[in-house]
Amino acid sequence: MPIVKSLKVVGHRTINSVWRLGYASRFFVLTIYYSGASFRRFHLTVKEMFSSGVMSLIIILVAGMFVGMVLGLQGYETLKRYGSESALGSLVALSLVRELGPVLAALLFASRAGSAMTAEIGLMKATEQIAAMEMMAVNPIARVIGPRFWAGVISMPLLSALFSAMGVFGGYVVGVVLIGVDEGSFWSQMQSSVDFQHDVMNGVIKSFVFGVAVTVIALFEGFDAPPTAEGVSGATTRTVVESSLAILILDFILTAFMFRGD
Amino acid sequence: MTLPKGKVIAVMGGSGCGKTTLFRIIGGALKPTKGHVKVDGQVIHELDQKELYEMRRKMGVLFQFGALFTDMSVFDNVAFQMREHTDLPEEIIRDLVMMKLNAVGLQATHGLMPAELSGGMARRVALARTVALDPMLILYDEPFAGLDPISLSVVGNLIRRLNDALGATSVIVTHDVQESLKIVDYNYFIDSGVIVAEGTPAEIRASQMPYVRQFVNGEIDGPVPFHYPGGDYKHDLGVTA
Repeated sequence: MPIVKSLKVVGHRTINSVWRLGYASRFFVLTIYYSGASFRRFHLTVKEMFSSGVMSLIIILVAGMFVGMVLGLQGYETLKRYGSESALGSLVALSLVRELGPVLAALLFASRAGSAMTAEIGLMKATEQIAAMEMMAVNPIARVIGPRFWAGVISMPLLSALFSAMGVFGGYVVGVVLIGVDEGSFWSQMQSSVDFQHDVMNGVIKSFVFGVAVTVIALFEGFDAPPTAEGVSGATTRTVVESSLAILILDFILTAFMFRGD
Repeated sequence: MTLPKGKVIAVMGGSGCGKTTLFRIIGGALKPTKGHVKVDGQVIHELDQKELYEMRRKMGVLFQFGALFTDMSVFDNVAFQMREHTDLPEEIIRDLVMMKLNAVGLQATHGLMPAELSGGMARRVALARTVALDPMLILYDEPFAGLDPISLSVVGNLIRRLNDALGATSVIVTHDVQESLKIVDYNYFIDSGVIVAEGTPAEIRASQMPYVRQFVNGEIDGPVPFHYPGGDYKHDLGVTA
């Protein structure tokens, strides 16, 4: 009976998905609950901020620079048609601060640091390091997951800000230095159009939310990975795919709330 | 099954017989479907998480391949529990770690990372970490797996010596009969989750039970069959006659 078999498969997958969602939610709640240790022994969080944040700096800065340069080129071409080249600074800054900075920095963070977190936790599980910690009466959520979670959440807005700053610099290099847009109007238009509360803070909130989403997905996938080479590799792939989708979906939802009717 | 204080007890049996399950139940990582495990007067599976963690502080567990924390040095691995569970000053921790490492003959490796150790050395460092807080019960999961003959003797010898020095109780889950018979006080043989034989090393060596004889002598066929049961060989070859 192929129909019955198909129904069984669909049912099994649905139950499994709901179970995993529940497990992930419980994991997230426990991570928050046991976060005290991450702040009491802040050196653990700082160490993780180095490996997830500082080690992602190069890719974030280089990518930010080139995205800004592309924005400078494309923006100039479009604005020239309407005789508004002087608004290039506004276009570059608003695009980066509101949208591209948080989203692209989060996507890069998920690929670089998120996948590394999943692989690390997954391998710790496969080599029984997590089990050993439990048997030593040390809660792995408090000792391993908490510091990594907060390191990701703190790093993400900072990386996003650096991405935007480098992007603005890239836009300046292309627009002002190479194409010859007036430097005064480039900066003054940017200054007058970018609102700290409305644009910058909303961008910070976005990157904070993305940081929570990416880090939780990465840590959960590692913690839940089957303890085999194939299991860890599958978990790493899932982290990148799920994080990327989560970032884009959350971005739409947040944008709809933050900038509606503007 | 009783595990008297101060003794080294081996739990033996073939792969999949339930040794590791028993090991996990004693450590509180699994709950039994029937029966119970009592350690120091407390039923393990009835403890809540806080009580279980309190109990685990009195236990030491050596995992099959050591399970050393790969992002920490040898020193930090051994110091881990001291830093987590005590308020000892760093100078005292340093002295204690050096004493533990010296006990396993690896005091000079304190600055190395686990990746720089051989398999036997990693197992000895893990042993030093296991006894870091002087546990009353030490559980060993396949401590002899994958070791060369010299490392095997060294680890076996250390298990015995450390147990006697600490006055602890040790449970070794293993299928290495020859090495465990040299160092243990008592043996249990498990098959399909049931104790099928028990005795002192001398009794085990003299046993005429087919299961024990097959195990001790390493015979390839017997109560533990060479062929995995199920399936008809002729049918698989397509022979119908």
